[in-house]
Amino acid sequence: MFLVDYIKDVFGAIKSLATGMKRTGYYFTHHKEIITQQYPDNRDTLNLPERFKGEVVMPHDEHNEHRCTGCTACELACPNGTIKVITKFDITPDGKKKKAIDKLVYHLELCTMCNLCVEACPSDAIKMAQTFEHSVFDRSQLTKVLNKPGSKIMEGVE
Amino acid sequence: MYRETQIVSDVSKVPLEGGEGTFTINVGPQHPATHGVLHLVITLNGETIINIEPHLGYIHRSIEKMCESLTYRQFIYVTSRMDYLSAHINNHACALCVEKGMQIEVPARAQVIRVLMDELTRIASHELWWGAMAMDVGAFTPFFHAFRERETINDIMEETCGARLTMNYMVPGGVMHDIHPNFQKRVKDFLQLYKSKIHEYDELVTGNIIFQNRMKGVGVLSAEDVISYGCTGPVARGSGVSCDIRKLYPYEIYDKLEFDEVLETAGDSFARYLVRLKEMNQSIRIVEQLIDNIPEGDFQAKTKAVLKLPKGEFYTRVETARGELGVYIVSEGGTTPYRIKFRSPGFSNLSILNHMVKGAKIGDLIAAMGTLDLVIPDIDR
Ligand code: SF4
Ligand code: SF4
Repeated sequence: MFLVDYIKDVFGAIKSLATGMKRTGYYFTHHKEIITQQYPDNRDTLNLPERFKGEVVMPHDEHNEHRCTGCTACELACPNGTIKVITKFDITPDGKKKKAIDKLVYHLELCTMCNLCVEACPSDAIKMAQTFEHSVFDRSQLTKVLNKPGSKIMEGVE
Repeated sequence: MYRETQIVSDVSKVPLEGGEGTFTINVGPQHPATHGVLHLVITLNGETIINIEPHLGYIHRSIEKMCESLTYRQFIYVTSRMDYLSAHINNHACALCVEKGMQIEVPARAQVIRVLMDELTRIASHELWWGAMAMDVGAFTPFFHAFRERETINDIMEETCGARLTMNYMVPGGVMHDIHPNFQKRVKDFLQLYKSKIHEYDELVTGNIIFQNRMKGVGVLSAEDVISYGCTGPVARGSGVSCDIRKLYPYEIYDKLEFDEVLETAGDSFARYLVRLKEMNQSIRIVEQLIDNIPEGDFQAKTKAVLKLPKGEFYTRVETARGELGVYIVSEGGTTPYRIKFRSPGFSNLSILNHMVKGAKIGDLIAAMGTLDLVIPDIDR
């Protein structure tokens, strides 16, 4: 009986190996089903979904205007202290003082891309960008000022 | 009880538990077979394992303490960093606990989206485990087969949640965005791909005689062992202990869904392997039931800008890909939790390792440990 079982085992083993090798052979002859991407050679054709969270940016329109009012809601919402809003006071044409943003400092190295700041912003001033290649040679380059120099707030955004 | 490690001192002076002829080796903390920074101090007699002592602490980030300084909206994202393969389900547990405390009613649409995402996460996690498991026993190809399907799920996640692993898609009261317009189509594509490929898993690995010989009868756990060590998830179900939170304490819409709790009774490595494979099919069943029936409506309930839990203690539990995750919040009535405790499945599942492989050969250690599906940052928060 032992011998019969032994021979059965041997044939069972060969059969199971052959089944597995058949699969391997299938992919060996079907190159079209290979799905690896040739990054970074395919950089130009790489399409990231529009919701991809790569880094926080502040969009500016063609007149170099943004929508940020300097309300610091994003700073309060951020769990990591990534955003620092530095405000100043503008003098409006009718002589009143108005709170405005001086700098919105963003520390990319502290950001976990959680999207809470974007959710918290009442005037849609910031959004997530799809960039993902963030490596730099010097850590100081990771600290960014999101509002462009000389930019001011859009008309009508409160 | 914590004991000072014996590895650094002169090995000849260490009092060996096995007596004459035994020696100690260290696996990890930097070792591919331990799936992370787990450090095992193994006492051997020849090839036989006498004792295994896991040393933790290499990836301790004090997440529980961190959560105490974050508000109820902010702390959810941190939990993605515990069990990063079921990040979504971790977030779900936290959101549920906050909702329980605040008594927020979650809209039906959000509930369905949450469950869909949970099940997709579970499939992705089991896929990765399957590939890593095969690699633990020396088969390299299955890893890439598993990643092919998993990548499809990750793409779906990326499109709807904006990230592939640490999504942070759950917010108290619902989900952060509505699903992407392509979501349903892509999930259906995935279901089709999965069904056309799942037979490969059996052909390549399950039916393989070498694989079966290495799994069957190895690392046997009885139902009593599993219960006394507090194991949950597929580890417990592989020994015939029914512990699926989705069935026993249903949350969200799980009580209205049709799916089976997978149970195997053998208790060996192969049983745990089969439980996970079959669980993927059950998750596919759930996704199929829901994908065409996402109700219309809000994806997020209206909540206050600042969440304050009333004074008291709140506990919720969910079934992650690895077992039962409990979230316990003690609130003093403020905007941040007074104390948070996570009951993670990985820790209990790791505790049984010594009991499981004591007396086995060292070659079986990695194979048996693979079936526990350990994620180290979950064990060591
Ligand atoms: S994405 Fe998250 S971590 Fe990054 S700045 Fe916004 S809130 Fe802070
Ligand atoms: S980015 Fe938005 S939330 Fe932040 S200060 Fe500007 S307006 Fe306020």
